Amino acid sequence: MARNKEALVLVVDVGPTMHDILPDIEKLFTMLVQKKLMYSKNDEVGIVLFGTEETKNDLQKEVGGYLHVVVLQDIKVVDDVTMDNLRELPRGNRNGDFLDAIVVGMDMLIKKFGPTNKGKHRLCLITDAQHPVKEPDEGSKADQVNTIGQLMKSHGVRLDCIVVKVKLAMSVQQKAADENIDLLNQFAKNTISKIIHVDGPTSLLGALRTRNISPVTVYRGDLELSSSMKIKVWVYKKTAEEKFPTLKKYSDKAPRNDKFATHELKIDYEYKNTEDFGKVVPPEQRIKGYRYGPQVVPISTAEWEAVKFRPEKSVKLLGFTDSSNIMRHYYMKDVYVFIPEPGDTKAILAVSSLVRAMKEMNKVAILRCVWRQGQGNVIIGVLTPNISSADNIPDSFYLNVLPFAEDVREFQFPSFNNLPASRQPNELQQEASDNLVKMLDLAPAGQEELLKPELTPNPVLQRFYQSLYLRSKHPDAQLPQLDASLLRITGPDSDILSELKSEVDNFRKQIELRDNPKKRRSTKRALLEKPSGSNEEAAAVVKAIDYHNAGPSAVKVEKIGCSNPLKDFEEMMARRDGSKWVEKAIKEMQDHIYGLLENSYKGDNYLNAIECLTALRNSCIQEQEPKKFNDFLHYLCENQKTLDLRDFFELLSSKNITLITKTEAADSDVKMEDAKLLPIKNEIISQE
Amino acid sequence: MILADRGSLLRKEKKKKEPADARLYTFYVNPTKILVGQARALFPILLFLAFLLQGEGVFGKRGIGAVTNVVSSTWSAPVRLAHGYLKSKPCVSCFWAAMDLDPDGIFRDDSGSEDDLLQEKEFTKELSVYLVDASPKMFGMVATNEVDEMGETFFHAAVKCISESLKAQIIGRSSDEIAICFFNTREKKNIQDLHGVYVFNVAERELLDRPTARLIKEFSGIEDSFIRHIGSRYWIEPASRENSLYNALWVAQALLRKGSIKNVSKRILIFTNEDNPFGNIYGAAKADMIRTTLQRAKDAQELGISIELLPLSSKEFDVSILYADLLGLEGEEMPLFLTSADEKLEDMANQLRKRIFSKRKVKTIMFVIASGVIIEVNAYALIRPSVPGAIMWLDSVTNLPLKMERTFVCADTGALVEQPRMHFQEFNGEMVKFTVEELAEIKKVSDGHLHLLGFKPLDCLKDYHNLRPSTFIYPTDEDIVGSTCAFVALHRSMVRLQRFAVAFYGSSTHPQLVALVAQDEIISSSGQLEPPGMHMIYLPYSDDIRYPEELQIDAGTPRATDDQIKKASALLRRIDLKDFSVCQFSNPALQRHYGILQALALGEDEMPNVKDETLPDEEGMAKPGVVRAIEEFKFAVYGENHDQEEAAKKGSTTEASKKRKAIYEVALKESASYDWADLAENGKLKDLTVMELKNYLTAHGLPVTGKKEVLISRILTHLGK
Repeated sequence: MARNKEALVLVVDVGPTMHDILPDIEKLFTMLVQKKLMYSKNDEVGIVLFGTEETKNDLQKEVGGYLHVVVLQDIKVVDDVTMDNLRELPRGNRNGDFLDAIVVGMDMLIKKFGPTNKGKHRLCLITDAQHPVKEPDEGSKADQVNTIGQLMKSHGVRLDCIVVKVKLAMSVQQKAADENIDLLNQFAKNTISKIIHVDGPTSLLGALRTRNISPVTVYRGDLELSSSMKIKVWVYKKTAEEKFPTLKKYSDKAPRNDKFATHELKIDYEYKNTEDFGKVVPPEQRIKGYRYGPQVVPISTAEWEAVKFRPEKSVKLLGFTDSSNIMRHYYMKDVYVFIPEPGDTKAILAVSSLVRAMKEMNKVAILRCVWRQGQGNVIIGVLTPNISSADNIPDSFYLNVLPFAEDVREFQFPSFNNLPASRQPNELQQEASDNLVKMLDLAPAGQEELLKPELTPNPVLQRFYQSLYLRSKHPDAQLPQLDASLLRITGPDSDILSELKSEVDNFRKQIELRDNPKKRRSTKRALLEKPSGSNEEAAAVVKAIDYHNAGPSAVKVEKIGCSNPLKDFEEMMARRDGSKWVEKAIKEMQDHIYGLLENSYKGDNYLNAIECLTALRNSCIQEQEPKKFNDFLHYLCENQKTLDLRDFFELLSSKNITLITKTEAADSDVKMEDAKLLPIKNEIISQE
Repeated sequence: MILADRGSLLRKEKKKKEPADARLYTFYVNPTKILVGQARALFPILLFLAFLLQGEGVFGKRGIGAVTNVVSSTWSAPVRLAHGYLKSKPCVSCFWAAMDLDPDGIFRDDSGSEDDLLQEKEFTKELSVYLVDASPKMFGMVATNEVDEMGETFFHAAVKCISESLKAQIIGRSSDEIAICFFNTREKKNIQDLHGVYVFNVAERELLDRPTARLIKEFSGIEDSFIRHIGSRYWIEPASRENSLYNALWVAQALLRKGSIKNVSKRILIFTNEDNPFGNIYGAAKADMIRTTLQRAKDAQELGISIELLPLSSKEFDVSILYADLLGLEGEEMPLFLTSADEKLEDMANQLRKRIFSKRKVKTIMFVIASGVIIEVNAYALIRPSVPGAIMWLDSVTNLPLKMERTFVCADTGALVEQPRMHFQEFNGEMVKFTVEELAEIKKVSDGHLHLLGFKPLDCLKDYHNLRPSTFIYPTDEDIVGSTCAFVALHRSMVRLQRFAVAFYGSSTHPQLVALVAQDEIISSSGQLEPPGMHMIYLPYSDDIRYPEELQIDAGTPRATDDQIKKASALLRRIDLKDFSVCQFSNPALQRHYGILQALALGEDEMPNVKDETLPDEEGMAKPGVVRAIEEFKFAVYGENHDQEEAAKKGSTTEASKKRKAIYEVALKESASYDWADLAENGKLKDLTVMELKNYLTAHGLPVTGKKEVLISRILTHLGK
């Protein structure tokens, strides 16, 4: 097995209490398999369900017991079947026993790979851990967990538990749940295991690492406190941004029947002489010119190599300082983690004592780092202590890169206290603000912190992989909307906001916002008057309807918003689950256009309005509703004086947007020759 | 060393990005090409132009170089010529100047994606005229409290400050143009031939132009020769009719005539320690002078030139006497301009340095606090990594810039193709296609505003919640009145309640979850250290966080004992950087880079020796107290015989090193059997296998990575071919 290949057994509770969250689990798994299909095609996945009515597993056949555990799929390389299996998990009606299920999963891994320790083996358990596991025949539950843990350790199996929080009904269950959590925690003693508590769909989507990147050390060597005292450390990246994948450029030039066509586009760079058209200068005749102000200094690579800055590979301590000397906003880049060299007890102890001393005294260390020999620059970083939370993980440091003098711009800003009184909040305003900050709390005491970065998925990537999957099945499909469970990341949670209505309203009332009269910019004004562009309303109008039937694009549009009216309109028109939608869409679109025109300042919304009008016109022709469009245009015509639409109608006629004629839609009563003239004629009449 | 000193070609730098419309772009770049290409035909015209403009020195020894140089100053005419020419010649591919950012990749960041907030875009060019008062009063000593401190003049402070800012500018904002102009001078030198105004300049440079190495060098040393060559004289006297302040403003305004106000910002910065320039004249003459001077300033401001004052004073500088009116200050802005009395020179220089660059905002963002509560904030890039500027590819024979041409080639057919609109991703054996617009649509998950999501206690923001440099936000009432008030209220609440805000910044290219940390203002004697406002910190998502510390799990992980922690604490106390401030080090790589360039640009033979300030303080570390603390800590954690044990470990060679040695010996033997010089001479290297080539490289301790061609070229380089 390749070093990076992973075998993963998903152990899923599908009992009745899990039914609510299962659609989100399906989404999570789909994402997992998608990324595996893209980045690690050779990974293997097995699926075990528990809490089912039926029973289907090898252990039951061999030794009996292990009821209500179903092996949905044996461990095998990921493919479409895996995807389909996970997209629609069966619902069970029993209260599952997760220990049984873990054993079944372990058994699958052991049978498949035997005693070999190659590759990565992982069990991922998802449950609400509500129901008590049954008493074993001999010994206690804890003993049983220990035995399983030992087995896992000897086979190098990693355990990830995702515990979904649900509201508990009875105190009995609370007891069972606590016991279960204790049992799961017990695994951590022997094995590499982790328990993640999630409280809803958003954090569930972020709970499982969907892509495995094998970590690479940035540096292995000494952390030099002085020339005589060195600590052996390994440095890894702690954070690194997962990028939007780079897509290849597509070429349609290959013949249609060419099966082996790559359809790729290559980019060719040529350096040409400016004096002589088309004369390509070969690479050896090129020289780099470095700019210094308006001058360009040509220096060959060899010359440059001879003089450029070349520090020695090393990580050296410059000193310690109070943590208050380093402001949080000076952190420049992604973060590194320093761990003591594995297996080196002395290094572990040295790091541990420094970490604890630094934490106690509120100090940080300043380091100068050159990771590689031949690197052309140095970095200055701040080392902060990280006391390990688990007994079996050594203490470590985080390192953040600090700016150099050249990187900082010292702009000066007026002090808030010197601002004129009109720009300073009065007591009532300050109180309203205090209340808002206090109440709009994402980390309420005694509850799980919301929107923890560790559990927050990247909405853009989520949407990309959804689109990718959808398009791979239906090449012409529309792009899916952002998943409803991700709207809590991009905008405020409407539930929380409605709970805090009085605080928000008070803040809104106290802080009076109005357009600056000196500057009239209608786009902003529109924004102030109609907050419908905000995400919160979008969250309110887009509701998840049915995960199973609708597929990935579960969200349906019920209203035309300001952010993307055309798309909303099209989607509403396309809805076939009720005839009212067409009518509603047309009405909404008309309102939207009218709103645009009404709020237009010197015609800045006209182009948008025309776009919308064109879309409306086309749809009205398609839906055989010419009258609706024509009436609307007449209505605009009548109101052109109040709205000052002269320019708009000129623009309309220049774009050839006319009334819908009889030739285009049979229901229309407008003749070809009248269509274009009508609005203009009206206009002329009204002018006279 | 030959310099390619062609300003015109560099004006292209702003167009590094791929243009939306190739043809439009070509028009932008090509004029020079045409000019140079058709130089022979245009030569007489150019010489004539040159003669008209420069008057003298064109026919010097610089030949064609001089001509292109002159052409650059008559930029607009050739552009029109070139435009007409190009219209008739449409082209398929795009051209742009052959430039690469950060050629050696030493400053390259692993996270390469550009965000609109990350890179400060230079929307506008800035033209500044530094008006330095050279009256005798400026040569007075700055009052110093300490006896041993050498007295310095105000004039010196101004000159030092300007030359420092020039050095920073040539690196960071080299497209900005400046002119330096003294007033109250004995000699005069200006186009209008006005008394008491001396425009300082060096060879090969227009009066208002980008700073050059020579300008910086000569200006920094100006003090020595100033009195002899330029001289100081106060012109505003009862008897004289001259008004040097008026003259200075007029000259500055004339200097700033070029450039459209739409895309450049123009500034006049006045350095003076005289708050009452007309103090010694009286009556109607005084009123008249004040009136005309204010009118002159107003005229300049109406032309879109902003006038700023950088007062130097050892006592309170009273702006209300004249300058408040001259600058057009309104009541509320006054306090900002008052500098505190009895300042040290250093503090004064600090303040000047901070004010000499104007604030540039990156973007204005709508901050949605709740539905219907939307305020406006400006975003500033206070901290961004400085990297060496882009390089240009030159023809090594002529030293002329090359242009890069990019073509798209179909990999299947080899046909040339237009820029593609369609991209694809292989997924599960399928080729999944997206248009460019669709990809942009996917990334657009929000509306470009900053949406407040809620608040958390500050300790929820962990040290590893960081990806990129932060962005500073400060409120503005420009469009929405009340923004500042709302922002300040939230800011105060957050500081008091020790909370930060979590928000979603929905930029179209790179939407991200951010933390807004309220920063209170911090002021020291040298001015504002930290401005009040909020810092936007970009948070990672779950997939961006890794857990390498969990890789090695061992049940028997030891923890430090209390004694060890005590020893470590003692060590921390010993090696304590008391007044460490974040940006006290300059970047040695960057300093060296520009040091070398400056030396080469000025034709100096000696390479500068740049001190690496980032090295640890060896002397401090060698203090007995520090050494003892380190030894005690070492003993506590490592035990008695650590060094011996380490030495013993080193003695026994590891498996890997044995293996390496064996490989090296084999390679040495193998490669000795070829005559490499001969093979290289006859171009036969390509006939060898990669393994054979690698033997040579291993034997000579060279890297063995890369394709065959790379290996061959590496061998050739090593052989000195």
